[in-house]
Amino acid sequence: MDFLRPASWEEALAAKAEHPTAVPIAGGTDVMVEINFDHRRPEYLMDLTRIGDLYEWEVGQDTVRLGASVPYASIMEHLRTELPGLALASHTVASPQIRNRGGVGGNLGTASPAGDAHPALLAAGAEVEVESVRGSRRIPVDDFYTGVKRNALAPDELIRAVHIDKADGPQQYSKVGTRNAMVIAVCAFGLALHPVTRTVRTGVGSAAPTPVRAEAAEDFLNAALEEGGFWDNGKTITPSVAKQFADLCAAACNPIDDVRGTASYRRHAVGVMARRTLTWTWESYRGARRTTEGAA
Amino acid sequence: MPTNGVPAKITQGSGAKGGIGESTLRPDGTLKVTGEFAYSSDMWHEDMLWGQILRSTVAHAEIVSVDTSEALATPGVYAVMTYDDLPTEVKHYGLEIQDTPVLAHGKVRHHGEPVAIVAADHPETARRAAAKIKVDYRELPVITDEASATAPDAILIHEHRDDHHIGHVPHPNIVHRQPIVRGDVAAARGRADVIVEGEYTFGMQDQAFLGPESGLAVPEEDGGVHLYIATQWLHSDLRQIAPVLGLPEDKVRMTLAGVGGAFGGREDLSMQIHACLLALRTGKPVKIVYNRFESFFGHVHRHPAKLHYEHGATADGKLTHVKARIVLDGGAYASASPAVVGNASSLGVGPYAVDDVDIEAIALYTNNPPCGAMRGFGAVQACFAYEAQMDKLAAKLGMDPVELRRRNAMEQGTLLPTGQPVDSPAPVAELLRRVKAMPMPPERQWESSEGADVRQLPGGLSNTTHGEGVVRGVGYAVGIKNVGFSEGFDDYSTARVRMEVAGGEPVATVHTAMAEVGQGGVTVHAQIARTELGVAQVTIHPADTRVGSAGSTSASRQTYVTGGAIKNACERVREKVLDLGRRKLGSSHPAWAHAELLLEGGKVVTDGGEVLADLVDVLGDEAVEVEEEWRHRPTEPFDLRTGQGNGHVQYSFAAHRAVVEVDTELGLVKVIELACAQDVGKALNPLSVEGQIQGGTTQGLGVAVMEEILVDPVTAKVRNPSFTDYLIPTILDTPTIPVDVLELADDHAPYGLRGIGEAPTLSSTPAVLAAIRAATGRELNRTPVRPEHLTGTA
Amino acid sequence: MRVHFTVNGRPQQADDVWEGESLLYVLRERLGLPGSKNACEQGECGSCTVRLDGVPVCSCLVAAGQAEGREVVTVEGLADHARQRARATGDGSSGTSLDEAKGWQAHGADSRTGEGAELSPVQQAFIDAGAVQCGFCTPGLLVAADEMLERNPSPSDADIREALSGNLCRCTGYEKIMDAVRLAAARQSEGV
Repeated sequence: MDFLRPASWEEALAAKAEHPTAVPIAGGTDVMVEINFDHRRPEYLMDLTRIGDLYEWEVGQDTVRLGASVPYASIMEHLRTELPGLALASHTVASPQIRNRGGVGGNLGTASPAGDAHPALLAAGAEVEVESVRGSRRIPVDDFYTGVKRNALAPDELIRAVHIDKADGPQQYSKVGTRNAMVIAVCAFGLALHPVTRTVRTGVGSAAPTPVRAEAAEDFLNAALEEGGFWDNGKTITPSVAKQFADLCAAACNPIDDVRGTASYRRHAVGVMARRTLTWTWESYRGARRTTEGAA
Repeated sequence: MPTNGVPAKITQGSGAKGGIGESTLRPDGTLKVTGEFAYSSDMWHEDMLWGQILRSTVAHAEIVSVDTSEALATPGVYAVMTYDDLPTEVKHYGLEIQDTPVLAHGKVRHHGEPVAIVAADHPETARRAAAKIKVDYRELPVITDEASATAPDAILIHEHRDDHHIGHVPHPNIVHRQPIVRGDVAAARGRADVIVEGEYTFGMQDQAFLGPESGLAVPEEDGGVHLYIATQWLHSDLRQIAPVLGLPEDKVRMTLAGVGGAFGGREDLSMQIHACLLALRTGKPVKIVYNRFESFFGHVHRHPAKLHYEHGATADGKLTHVKARIVLDGGAYASASPAVVGNASSLGVGPYAVDDVDIEAIALYTNNPPCGAMRGFGAVQACFAYEAQMDKLAAKLGMDPVELRRRNAMEQGTLLPTGQPVDSPAPVAELLRRVKAMPMPPERQWESSEGADVRQLPGGLSNTTHGEGVVRGVGYAVGIKNVGFSEGFDDYSTARVRMEVAGGEPVATVHTAMAEVGQGGVTVHAQIARTELGVAQVTIHPADTRVGSAGSTSASRQTYVTGGAIKNACERVREKVLDLGRRKLGSSHPAWAHAELLLEGGKVVTDGGEVLADLVDVLGDEAVEVEEEWRHRPTEPFDLRTGQGNGHVQYSFAAHRAVVEVDTELGLVKVIELACAQDVGKALNPLSVEGQIQGGTTQGLGVAVMEEILVDPVTAKVRNPSFTDYLIPTILDTPTIPVDVLELADDHAPYGLRGIGEAPTLSSTPAVLAAIRAATGRELNRTPVRPEHLTGTA
Repeated sequence: MRVHFTVNGRPQQADDVWEGESLLYVLRERLGLPGSKNACEQGECGSCTVRLDGVPVCSCLVAAGQAEGREVVTVEGLADHARQRARATGDGSSGTSLDEAKGWQAHGADSRTGEGAELSPVQQAFIDAGAVQCGFCTPGLLVAADEMLERNPSPSDADIREALSGNLCRCTGYEKIMDAVRLAAARQSEGV
């Protein structure tokens, strides 16, 4: 095993081009477990922790450019307003020690369906900025996950940042685990209201071979909200709409039975989380609307 | 660089005054908080090698061939050993039945069985070499349950059994069978107004001690070996290790290294023999440290069980009879299975008075992971089932479940189903009364001015509910655990106590082979010595095999038996010191000859409080030393057909009240409070007593809602050998645990004490289950409860 | 490979490090600092918690090479760390005192018993409250608890539980650990 320590992003890209099998390591929260347990023996380990750029974020007009290695703890602390869904997701990641070290880049690189950030990224809308010596490109997060622990990266590419749409409405995130802390998702659900575009987006984790959006559920809900004039009248979402949305979210799952839970439970739980997060976000939206109207 | 981290003597100095009954602080506390306490995995030696074990990748197979040539040729590798390299004819070991091969021979019987061992100059070198060993397996059908174990054409897990149980078991794939038959169940059933039946399943729990199996074997010049090891019983290890090495026991020296928890998981050997073999083969010190993955294969687990119960009662809630069949899965090797069967059967009706009983308990041989000792040892599985039955019975009778228990509660004098009278206080009803009388935790504690605090809700930080679907439930349970080794086992301990003057003051040194595994035995030993000998300075000598056996740190027995041995030895030392005083100073005062004399505050005093002499003057340059064995009252085996017999020596009782909040839609549970009342006889160290009760309670909580080793029913392979998927409670899963300690002396035991470590692990689980049943209305006949079981999605 | 970093204020160097070794392994097996514990080696138990450039992390998940040039504080250096913090925030005096210069190893503790060691408030509280049983989780808990008290001197119970949710303990049921952290916080606020 060789240990590569690029001091800059350019050096990292050059090293990755030269050694496409090199395994990037930042927080180490996935890679080191595999090494410690002898599940993986990469030829090259490439340390990315010396590249300061990866630990920085910029809040732009419409998006946040989040460096791949910005730790979850920083997202929770500094980006709760801009990225509320991801901040909530970050808070569910493992433990304080892991949140101090791990970042979204690692979640994306590993591309486990159980990665905590994915549903929040899918719901918020995001693009993954990847780069190689051949150039840079942005991959919409919806296209990023290609299979179980597989992603759209070319062998010579590295994840540099994620561009996440700033919240234009309430966002929520829920994750089911069989412990009250430090647990891998049995399944997870992210939901974002986008009042500007009058759409709702979702993200479902750990309930299909890849993180997915519940698109049929989104389509149904978008139509129902539009038809009922909900965005304007700010009424409570009717239970039947919420239920159908929940059912469609559950139907978007293609889960398996494994040691963490049954497929049947995962479908059920995704439905419950969908209904609850819809309620929480919508009530929050209504509350904000009333406050705004009251002020006006 | 670190020196060989041999555990040092631990002096409990003047800063830690206090005799029995006081909450003195741990003598090893400072070392433990500064990181200087030398655990077994911290051992280090110049030039040491690292040992690695190659384990079977399948559960049941014939070994066609093992090729170690490539591994041996790996640079940095010093030795590779297989069964063929074992030095003597003794190639098996075991606690009671020597059925476990040191390295697999011709066959592997469970997933993760050791096949070969490697020593190399770096752990990675050893791992890579082990991976190069080629083992050709021819797989055999796996036996995973009672049906497959006792099928007419079942492969015998052990083909050539010659142990002392084979004569009375109905099938060679049954390790041991113990019936307990008392009274006339058929007639009693006729008197029952209500009968409830239930089929219960108890999942496989892991001890999950945090310090992984590890140790250092150092070859010695005389051809022997010195093993620094984390274990529960040095001398039991020694008896199993020495014959395999072909060494007399005095050439296998064992010193207890720091132990990072045990809970039964270190009663059996793990890496002991392997490290010694490699050290003797290479002539170099060899260290072996399991990682967490390997640890799940490296020790036995709690027996999973299927339990079928029938309880009958009269309309006024008096038990008429109990009928039970308990099937424990012992896995591939016997380990402690026979004794676990003895406990599960003899304590199978719980702390209740019932005259007509018919119980059968068996332990199977299967290809599942070997199971053996874990805190609560057979009594845990039974308690889960009989307490569920008591709730079921109460529901059917329309009676309060605590009231039903009270009406049937055992008392001093009650006969166990074995016919043995309980000859010390049995405050079962009182414990239930106390735990029920504790104030209830407030409702809806998650509500705050800033909305729901998810940390206080089911799901915790995962943000699954803000109060939706959350229902509270309350449940009760009580249990009985035997203390000490039962069934005629010669259960003794040895203590060597020395008194001398050092640094101008009298000092007592206590030397035992007691394994301090965290329970605080070292604290209590010093307290006993201070109380009995009236000294401030007590040195606890490192535990090793240079003193006689202390017996196991298990069965809640150490404070009773080794504590008893120390008390006894101190009394002998005191007599000798007084004799010395009489010889030296007897003429100076008539009280030397006539008064009752005590040692207090470093002086010899009369029972009237008059000081006769300083111990410093009595002792002068002399040291007084006593080493003696001490045993509790003898027990006898259970009759193999009827189960009758005075098999136990003492009992421990605890009761729990669980308050849970369940997200009934998602099936997630938050335990809000888990109150415990326990009779401890005499709290030698109240702070430690509380710690034991709270720790035991939490392990019971774990197996109620999350802990289970999952074994694939088709391949018998372990599916979750990691802390990622074998979950133990975090601090966010663990509620407040108020403790009410009752002290009713057992006059047969030193200071009236009772063993305390296990009882809280029994009743905790059924109390939590009862509370979840109360919250959800579901029957829940297995533990742990998973969200699937609470949502109908299993 | 060779790795240099600072541990408890002292520059350290480790040679012939295999690239797959963790910081935990290097601390324990190469630098003679076995206080950080090897309970799970998968970031699930917190027993190996150290401060890496001030931040609590699981040292089992830090590749040794990633520690190059960094500053590490382990349980062995916790008392000194706490002492320096108290000085820095306490009486306002500046400069390096003779005590500080001596470093953690210089304290005259009895190696057999640890008696005489100067402990940080949280270390002392763990002993006093009965929060130590087998002690294998203790070093990681101490580093995590000390860091929390640094950020949040008067934590609520829920704060304590959240901050320590990455540290498993199998012996105590956590009640005495809660007591210990409350005690340390109280003593700290009283300036004891």
